[in-house]
Amino acid sequence: MKVTEKDVAYVAELATLDLSADERVRMLRDLNSILGYVDRLNELNTDNVEPMAQVSDRYGVDQSRQGSERFAYAAREDVKEGLRASLPHEEALKNAPETDGTFFEVPKVIER
Amino acid sequence: MSVGETTQFTIDGALNAIAERRTTATALAEEFYARIKKDDAEIGAFLTLSEERARAQAERVDAMVAEGKPLPPLAGVPVAIKDVMVTRGLRTTAGSKILGNFIPPYDCTAVARLEAAGAVILGKLNCDEFAMGSSNENSAYRLVRNPRDKSRVPGGSSGGSAAAVAAGMAVATLGSDTGGSIRQPASFCGVVGLKPTYGRVSRYGLIAFASSLDHIGPFANTVKDAALVLRTIAGRDPMDSTSAEVPVPDYVAELEKPIHDSGKKLRIGVAKEYFGTGLDTEVRGAVEAAIQKLASLGCEIVPVSLPNTEYAIPAYYIVATAEASANLARFDGVRYGFRARGAKTLGEMYRQTRDGGFGMEVKRRIMLGTYALSAGYYDAYYLKAQKVRTLLTRDFDEAFKQVDVIAAPTAPTAAFKLGEKVDDPLAMYLADIYTVTANLAGIPGISVPCGETREGLPIGLQIFGRHFDEGTVLRVAAAFEQASVVGGR
Repeated sequence: MKVTEKDVAYVAELATLDLSADERVRMLRDLNSILGYVDRLNELNTDNVEPMAQVSDRYGVDQSRQGSERFAYAAREDVKEGLRASLPHEEALKNAPETDGTFFEVPKVIER
Repeated sequence: MSVGETTQFTIDGALNAIAERRTTATALAEEFYARIKKDDAEIGAFLTLSEERARAQAERVDAMVAEGKPLPPLAGVPVAIKDVMVTRGLRTTAGSKILGNFIPPYDCTAVARLEAAGAVILGKLNCDEFAMGSSNENSAYRLVRNPRDKSRVPGGSSGGSAAAVAAGMAVATLGSDTGGSIRQPASFCGVVGLKPTYGRVSRYGLIAFASSLDHIGPFANTVKDAALVLRTIAGRDPMDSTSAEVPVPDYVAELEKPIHDSGKKLRIGVAKEYFGTGLDTEVRGAVEAAIQKLASLGCEIVPVSLPNTEYAIPAYYIVATAEASANLARFDGVRYGFRARGAKTLGEMYRQTRDGGFGMEVKRRIMLGTYALSAGYYDAYYLKAQKVRTLLTRDFDEAFKQVDVIAAPTAPTAAFKLGEKVDDPLAMYLADIYTVTANLAGIPGISVPCGETREGLPIGLQIFGRHFDEGTVLRVAAAFEQASVVGGR
């Protein structure tokens, strides 16, 4: 067992989850099982290998361009207005569980 | 005309029937709704029907026919959409309770492009919660049964998209594929499923699971229909900066070209790493026979090596869950979706909302991804997986110097039983063993039916191609499909 109960509690806090007692037991078992399998990645020597976050800077772009220049097609000139209408206020609030009609409402954050 | 008992309904069939006035778009949509209402109680493919929207669109098409106007390329074709793509004014759940009442204020680009081409959207399709799963058993709403054997899963995560086409409840559907979620259910349900190149189809309006791995693509009864849908949804979209500035060919013209288009023999790579332990004997037999069939069409079969394949699943489940943990941080009960009631503090409200709103598999992946990104483990897991991603991508680059496409099984087995793997997440993850690498590398892949097991369960042949070379992938798949029809299976 690499992942401990303490780790599960800590990671749950980072992930903004409570998890029930039963879920914590399952999580401990499952994370250890999955990470045990993932450990086989250590069989590979990756000392001189660049990490890859995404594919779009390698394929379908002009390889002679460097860095963000490769994505120049996705950029546009700055425009002050008339680009695209923002979501109307009313529509932005429509799906919210609680509002006062102007703002999203949440439990009180600051005591005074 | 009538849909009747046929489930092999094609786009051309629908277009011609409407253009020749044997039916109307409205009548056709009604026939599909009648079938959905009769059969879907048992199958479970649909989560939401959009009858009003479908009727309005069908009436627009019928008016164009009546006025003798030129018809758009998918005029009146009944389609349906995986419920991870947002639809303006139409409930979109991502298969999750946390979005149970979410009414999006905008349309996903792929959906908007289908409608602009005249397609009639029948409704939203069931899927694993946030597209996380390989059996559709992680839907927060209902099971999907495989139309070919109702005791079995349809595959996942786009199980509803595959089942709807297989059961004749839509002519074509859209799904999403982050690790195999289009190709694996297509294989399990005996239909065609295509994951395009990363960047080929805009992800705008696709509820994000793992942004560097997510793809939208079509399900259909035929390769040509998949090509027709791809042609409609592909191409640069200013709303997705990762959608590529690469011209979109006419895929239908591409697949109608002779298979040896360049004047040379088409070269098909076969990698032994895709035929190792864990591959079901009957699946192996059917896929090997399919490759022989392609050889008999004059293709050259070339052994290739993809030596790092066995590391694809561990690398994938780190990269995918790390991205998921970040993407799903937005579900906090403030701006949209479910909110837990009665919390005293903001922190409590966030945690209780996420605890109550997410299912077990989603929580498991958020936990795994958060762990892999946390201080002390980032280098060992996330950075390591990103480096292995480079190696896996290089494997394909090397192979495609020698061959035009690569043929492989889509999944190691045919559809498994409902409940069979539900308690063993690792066993479930291994169902994606032949599909995840294409997501890490971003190459296109298609699953096309290539036979059945003795029990009558469909088997899928997978064909990979070079980046942005969906044309060749479709051409090979269409040639195989044609040979299967003519020569039998």
